[in-house]
Amino acid sequence: MSAGEVIPTGLDLGGASQSAPERAATGVQGFWVFLMSDAVIFALLFATYGVMLSRTAGGPTPAAVYKIGPAFIETLILLTSSFTFGMASVTLNDAGPRRRLFGWMSVTLLLGAAFLGMELRDFGAMFSAGAYPTRSGYLSAFFALVPLHGLHVLVGAVWMVVMMVQLRVFGRDAQVMLNIRRLALFWHFLDIVWIAIFSVVYLQGLIR
Amino acid sequence: MIRWRRRIIVAALTSPLGGCAALKLGVVGHAGPIAAGQWHLYEIVGAVLVFVAGPVLLLTPLIAWHYRLSNRHAAFRPDWNFSWPLEGLIWIPPIGIVIGLAVVLWHYTHTLDPYRPIASPLPALEIEAVALDWKWLFVYPDQHIATINQLAIPVGRPVHVRLTSGTVMQSMLIPQLAGQIYAMPGMTTQLNLAASQPGVYRGENTQFNGPGFQNEKFDVVAMPAADYQRWLAHVGGTAPALDAAAYAQLFQKSSPPQPLFYTSPPPGLFQHIIAKVQEPTP
Amino acid sequence: MTGAVWPAVLGRFDWSSLPFVRAWQDPTVSEIIGAGAAAIVVFAAIGVVALITRYRRWGYLWREWFTSLDHKKIGIMYIVLAFVMLSRALVEAVLMRLQQAAAINTPGFLSPDHFAQLFSTHGSIMIFFMAMPFLTGLINYVMPLQIGSRDVAFPLLNSISLWLTGGAAGLMMVSLVIGRFSTGGWSGYPPYTELAFSPDVGPDYWIWALTLGSIGSTLTGLNFAVTIYKMRCPGMDLMRMPLFVWTSLCASILMIFAMPPLTVATALLALDRYLGFHFFTNDLGGDMMNYANLFWLFGHPEVYILILPAFGVYSEVVSTFSSKGLYGYTSLVWATMAIAVLSFTVWVHHFFTMGQSADINAVFGIATMAIGVPTGVKIYDWVWTMFRGEVRFTVPMLYALAFMMTFVLGGFTGILLAFPPLDYLAHNTLFLVAHFHNMLIPGLLYGMLAGYHYWFPKAFGFRLDEKWGRIAFGCWVVGFYLAFMPLYVLGAAGVARRTQEVFEPAFRPWLYVAGLGALVLLCALASLFVQLWVSIKRRDANRVTAGDPWDGRGLEWSISAPPPEYNFASIPRVSRRDPFYDVKRTGDPYAPPAAYQDIRLPKGSMAGPVIGLAGATTAFGLVWHMWWLAILGLLAVIVAVIARSFARDVEKVIDAAEVERTEAAWLSAVAAATPILREGEMSCANQGLAEIPA
Repeated sequence: MSAGEVIPTGLDLGGASQSAPERAATGVQGFWVFLMSDAVIFALLFATYGVMLSRTAGGPTPAAVYKIGPAFIETLILLTSSFTFGMASVTLNDAGPRRRLFGWMSVTLLLGAAFLGMELRDFGAMFSAGAYPTRSGYLSAFFALVPLHGLHVLVGAVWMVVMMVQLRVFGRDAQVMLNIRRLALFWHFLDIVWIAIFSVVYLQGLIR
Repeated sequence: MIRWRRRIIVAALTSPLGGCAALKLGVVGHAGPIAAGQWHLYEIVGAVLVFVAGPVLLLTPLIAWHYRLSNRHAAFRPDWNFSWPLEGLIWIPPIGIVIGLAVVLWHYTHTLDPYRPIASPLPALEIEAVALDWKWLFVYPDQHIATINQLAIPVGRPVHVRLTSGTVMQSMLIPQLAGQIYAMPGMTTQLNLAASQPGVYRGENTQFNGPGFQNEKFDVVAMPAADYQRWLAHVGGTAPALDAAAYAQLFQKSSPPQPLFYTSPPPGLFQHIIAKVQEPTP
Repeated sequence: MTGAVWPAVLGRFDWSSLPFVRAWQDPTVSEIIGAGAAAIVVFAAIGVVALITRYRRWGYLWREWFTSLDHKKIGIMYIVLAFVMLSRALVEAVLMRLQQAAAINTPGFLSPDHFAQLFSTHGSIMIFFMAMPFLTGLINYVMPLQIGSRDVAFPLLNSISLWLTGGAAGLMMVSLVIGRFSTGGWSGYPPYTELAFSPDVGPDYWIWALTLGSIGSTLTGLNFAVTIYKMRCPGMDLMRMPLFVWTSLCASILMIFAMPPLTVATALLALDRYLGFHFFTNDLGGDMMNYANLFWLFGHPEVYILILPAFGVYSEVVSTFSSKGLYGYTSLVWATMAIAVLSFTVWVHHFFTMGQSADINAVFGIATMAIGVPTGVKIYDWVWTMFRGEVRFTVPMLYALAFMMTFVLGGFTGILLAFPPLDYLAHNTLFLVAHFHNMLIPGLLYGMLAGYHYWFPKAFGFRLDEKWGRIAFGCWVVGFYLAFMPLYVLGAAGVARRTQEVFEPAFRPWLYVAGLGALVLLCALASLFVQLWVSIKRRDANRVTAGDPWDGRGLEWSISAPPPEYNFASIPRVSRRDPFYDVKRTGDPYAPPAAYQDIRLPKGSMAGPVIGLAGATTAFGLVWHMWWLAILGLLAVIVAVIARSFARDVEKVIDAAEVERTEAAWLSAVAAATPILREGEMSCANQGLAEIPA
């Protein structure tokens, strides 16, 4: 190897270590790694929830507190929002008309907001039924896990707004495309976490 | 009480002086079957590990010095960097040693399990220990007495201690008799130990719990059976009752300068403290 | 003078939060020392600001360093931080050792509360603000050079991680001046650290400093792992990477998976303390054992995050200074990966005494012993690397040799501790303290110092003074043995850790020797600073501009010292391990490229410093219950992130002509340099050009 030989590989290695497609792939891989670390956090909160499920300290128990109806509707909302974001991603990749892209993203945003609204109402109902986080270890664990997911959805919604603004301002440039791809991963990830919450928290709580 | 204090002082003064004085205060000075088993384990594992550490301690300076740059007589083979026999020697004996030690570990972890009762024709003495800030309460539920910072036990008889804490996580260690076990609020742990010779053995809390931590020490006084009976009678006859005032004192953050003694601890005191600690703080 | 001063704005601050006020009200030696430390921080801060202002360097510092996204600059800043925090934490250690030597049946000069804060800050700083920054800095500097890259995968994230860490370290320094620190140790076990037992600001400082630091480290791990996966130069397959890159990769993967448990543990404790939740409280269903599991699920892999980069340094150093390729490269790689994987399977050994069944304890004990096997393999591989080599006793090599022999003693005691029945005797005693310092000082610290000496010439263009390097080395080794071997004896005698006073005269000689050892270690640190001073004064004599002072083997030695901002004029292509060593012997190592290209690099950005400062501000507000400040800080972070996402003019171009000029200047220095054989590498004759023996 000579210290400075330039290799004609057909890739634009000129000034940067990586070509544009390589940089995009790197950018997406980095986000996958972040999602893995986020998944570890959720996994530990699930484990904590499991450990503390029995520590109700004489207070409300899961069966007394969970309402399967709203939880089921929230699940449908999120699943649908993943579908609508999928449609947005397809429109983005196929370079479809901007109005269609905005449309799908707006629907996703609305569904996310609806999810959050319903969830806040659920929490309010739990509070008035005496099931608040400072009541017992079990409720503390519930109110760490589920609102953390909700907080992630809120972050995703804000991110969605920012992306829609950036689409207006910059159009479909490389950075905007990359960030929408990452947002898509984030949104679907949150859907998967919610499915786990629905199963492990709500279904398990009501079936036992 | 004075007789016991004098005995303790005498016992302390006659402990060996000199270079190993420090070590004799720990498992090297083991005075019971559990600690003796632990010391035996130290010897076994230590002996094996000499063969693990030894080669490195010998080879490293020898090879580094022999192959120093200025030594023209040493062979220089810059491209030699692998040998299958050497690989075998590097991987297989250590794996073998770990497997061997694993067998030893499995066996001793079970035989020296703090929860395992000590086999004996004599019935175990039941003790309930409560870790407080910054003292130890020892309740003798069957003898209807309680002490602070003094655990008197008969020699040669197993002692079964159940532990909890009235404050935060703590840990009871009496290194000449047995290993430690955590004492945690709202929970019970257990420790089985015995003394095989009379003496005074130091115990302490090893889990930091505040500005009085270093003072949270207690004595285990192991006595021949007859002396122990006399001690019980003496405490039963002369100590005040563990009344409400004394009970409230327990939860003050303090370390009494001398051991304290009580009679008639309320029945269920141990369970009561476990429940009390879980009550909501105002 | 108690009672909150102005709760709406200043939260729970009151006048007695200031150590000066406390020392005034209660002038004990302990309080005066605390006030003295606070005074040092205040005067040092004022002094630094004054000096920079006097010499009008704010613009230079801001443009060239604070906003830089260059991995080399970020790496250097991390290491500077590490040395500053090492100084503080070592002084704290000396104070503790002196206190224990003084306090035998007498209270000594430090109050129990002050002593407890010292052991808590000492541990927290050494792990999070000395060791992590030091290794992050070394990896940051060296790893991209070794893989033939211009920078890491996410340079902006790199800067953000640096400033989050810096902000957290700042919070630690502020805790000396305003308020107090936790007394719960670096592990912060509840319920002692819950409001019921520690309602003061101490545990909150601890929680937020660690949270900021752990977020920074998680992002760093992500950055390094993706860099190594995606940005290796053409031809550098995984099995051609230098061992330092392999260990960096494994440490980075550990960071990604092991920092989140710490974030969760501290976050749940924060929820208990701030919002009255019941994760670890005594009442209403809290479970303190869950904390122990969460914390050590982080804590054990953490020590492998600390040691693996050091192992990587030793691999580089032993190979280079034996003039020989590493023995058993493949074994070393597999051993490294085995250590990384196994590190997640042993965490229970940190609390064998918590009452688990014998079966559980035994399984984790066996797993703990298993890690000893790949570690032993690595040590033997280094020994056999020296075999049939030509060993040169430079300062980095001395550290490597001292490591090999001293670390194995720590491994010995580690296997003892892996046996639950023996751990029952040694847990939370000075035996344990001796063991982990026996791993961290000869393992981690000597490795970092070896790396510092080894790569300093590359980073700054001149070698460090060898004589003072040996003096420092001697003090580090002698000081370590004196300070810690007695602790094994004391621990075996049953002396608990974290204890401010002892009551047995028999402990006196051991504590005196340990105290002396601490003073020798302080001399070691001072020697390093003297060495730096002397080296800077003599830099012209020790310049190694040609860039290869040690006849190095990896790509980092194939460029100038210091390297240009873009690292490589054109990205190298490799075809085997130790590529630079190979081309020096079979080709033309300094041939210029056929043509030069424009090079695109990221521009600097203030996002890093802003986010770090805003994060630290949020943390400070949370500690003192200044809710308005915490909210403002958090908003600043959010706005900074969103605003930065709108930035488009983020690259600068170094045009081909300028690259050519820079390279030509370096190549003419190479042509003018006299090549030297290895016998001359520690002398002034070393200009960074290696003579290849026939």
